[in-house]
Amino acid sequence: MEDYTLDTEDGRLEALRRMLTIREFDTKAGEYFADGEIPGFVHLYIGEEAVGVGTCAALEPDDYITSTHRGHGHCIAKGLDTKLMMAELFGKRSGYCNGKGGSMHIADVDAGMLGANGIVGAGPPLATGAALSIDYQDRDQVALAFLGDGAVAQGQVHEAVNMASTWDLPAIFLVENNKYGEATPVEKQHNVKQLSDTAQAYDIPGVTVDGMDVTAVTEAVEEARKRARAGDGPTMIEAETYRYNGHYEGDEQNYRDEEEVAQWKERDAIESFKERLLDRGELTEAEFGELQAEVEDEIADAVEYAQNSDLPEPEEAYEDMFSESVPEVEQFASRLRTDGGSSRGDSQ
Amino acid sequence: MTAQAELEREETETMTVREAIREALREELARDEDVYIMGEDVGAFGGVLEVTGDLYEEFGEERVRDTPIAEAGYVGAATGAAATGTRPVIELMFSDFIGVSMEQIMNQMAKMRYMFGGKTEIPVTVRATEGGGMGAASQHSGTVHAWISHFPGLKAVAPGTAAAAKGLTKAAIRSNDPVFVFENKMIYEQQGDVPTDEDYIVPIGEAAVEREGEDVTVVATQRLVGESLDVADRLAGDVSVEVIDPRSLYPLDTETIAESLRKTGRMVVADETPLSYGTHAEIITRAQEEAFFSLDAPIQRVGTPDTHMPFSTPLEQEVLPDGEGVENAIRRIT
Ligand SMILES: Cc1ncc(C[n+]2csc(CCOP(=O)(O)OP(=O)(O)O)c2C)c(N)n1
Ligand SMILES: [Mg+2]
Repeated sequence: MEDYTLDTEDGRLEALRRMLTIREFDTKAGEYFADGEIPGFVHLYIGEEAVGVGTCAALEPDDYITSTHRGHGHCIAKGLDTKLMMAELFGKRSGYCNGKGGSMHIADVDAGMLGANGIVGAGPPLATGAALSIDYQDRDQVALAFLGDGAVAQGQVHEAVNMASTWDLPAIFLVENNKYGEATPVEKQHNVKQLSDTAQAYDIPGVTVDGMDVTAVTEAVEEARKRARAGDGPTMIEAETYRYNGHYEGDEQNYRDEEEVAQWKERDAIESFKERLLDRGELTEAEFGELQAEVEDEIADAVEYAQNSDLPEPEEAYEDMFSESVPEVEQFASRLRTDGGSSRGDSQ
Repeated sequence: MTAQAELEREETETMTVREAIREALREELARDEDVYIMGEDVGAFGGVLEVTGDLYEEFGEERVRDTPIAEAGYVGAATGAAATGTRPVIELMFSDFIGVSMEQIMNQMAKMRYMFGGKTEIPVTVRATEGGGMGAASQHSGTVHAWISHFPGLKAVAPGTAAAAKGLTKAAIRSNDPVFVFENKMIYEQQGDVPTDEDYIVPIGEAAVEREGEDVTVVATQRLVGESLDVADRLAGDVSVEVIDPRSLYPLDTETIAESLRKTGRMVVADETPLSYGTHAEIITRAQEEAFFSLDAPIQRVGTPDTHMPFSTPLEQEVLPDGEGVENAIRRIT
């Protein structure tokens, strides 16, 4: 997996590329969902790209992350292959989960990506567990949980942060405060003004950063990573950001006004990072155009790969339950599909 | 009494399962001030399942209350509230989220009345949506009603028709015990005749014979009620199929099922829960305890073959029990 940090010019261009890749991937995911080619639900990360990319830029390639239902951005920031991701969204056998998981369950444990998650708040305990493995085996890694502002209300999040801080585990809790959990604004879900204030309850550092600024995010995560590796325990980082699309595709968004969306778009993280690179002479408009074209090609290839891949065969539904097959699954399966013969039972 | 005969005595209106549940909620909110709804985005947003709809406009934010994403917290709070004089109705959204709130359900809600010597009532209703069929993948497609039906101290109902959806939801809210209402997400748009009488309820613990037949009894729940009725239509003239919707899973109307089995001698149980240690096993055990000597063939079951619900459509269709599975099961024994 390619490493990138915002400390080098190449790294900054790579970060920009990944932000563009996320936006393009999710734009296409939204389109193919609307067309009905992608089944189920999709939750898009458009607008929040700086959080995922800034975070993963500060991590080492073998660090772990846990993700959320809004996970495509985390996957791309972590370096997952957009072809295998898109194939999974399309329900194809060639996807990351052989078509079993879909958008909400993309995972690549070998790459340190412990799964998107359909259960709000379920990631932090898993990250605490990954941090426990790291600590137990004295490995030079950290585990970072992405969680939404809404997830901070979950009991299991509290338990996870409390354990990680009590045991000084190398964990980081990164709250993506995009101002809403579904249709409910953050003020209606929490009494604290700033979600990072909750860190005080665990006596760990709690910081709030501008999640539309990829550099600010990366600096905070670098600091947290250092602290975690020094054995000083977890940090909670709140990144203030915004999702441009609805909670899920198809959401009518009657709970927020267009003006609010427009205001956030003015502070677009990709735009501002691009401007900064242009100002510093690290990027020209022409180079940006090329980068954008490359990204579009990559995602077009990913879509083509997904479309050309095979759907799983129905029988594959019975695979992957256990490390060894159990008779129940096979018996029940064959009985479902047959209308006679041996499955009548023996009392005929 | 057959479901048809039951409805013929009533004034009815055609509506969807979703509308029927909303009507039940509306009538009970209007009837009893102590009743209120809680859940995530059930208010102005109208609910992710679009069931609560406009109730917020009619009853306001105190009675149709949005919660944080905190299932353990608000299910527990509902239990505490129910023990202290109010009658909360929880919308838990996807039934998979019962996992998050299970402690409060199994150790508090289910046990308080008994542990306290019967001196406390827990009039709480929990609505949750179950089932595969929309590509929602393993964490949003579960059918978990066997857990709740298994656990002493909890009642569980699972409507298969719009009329049952209304009548059971109202009965659940009026009950002084914890009642779970399991709504299958694939039948929210299914239409049916629904009694308009504001006191129409379906008593918890009463099954309905949805169609009379002579050769085989199909006991089907939720989505599989409609699919079994279609199978019965298809097989008419060849095999005469009786279809029973138990409507309540706990308590279960064993007598209606056993009576049917005494008549037909053959039975298929169709329910979307995984097959091992579940709803089918319980229904079959009770049926054979009551009517063993009427049996002419082994009882068949149709359910999910002990997998989770996979995402990809061909996989999901493979494991999702359906009318074809019911028909195959009937063919095996007739
Ligand atoms: C335990 C649980 N409860 C409820 C849901 C339904 N749900 C899915 S996403 C979501 C909102 C999450 O909000 P937040 O954590 O802020 O993440 P965001 O969607 O804003 O990225 C909810 C309530 C769920 N998936 N899991
Ligand atoms: Mg949010």
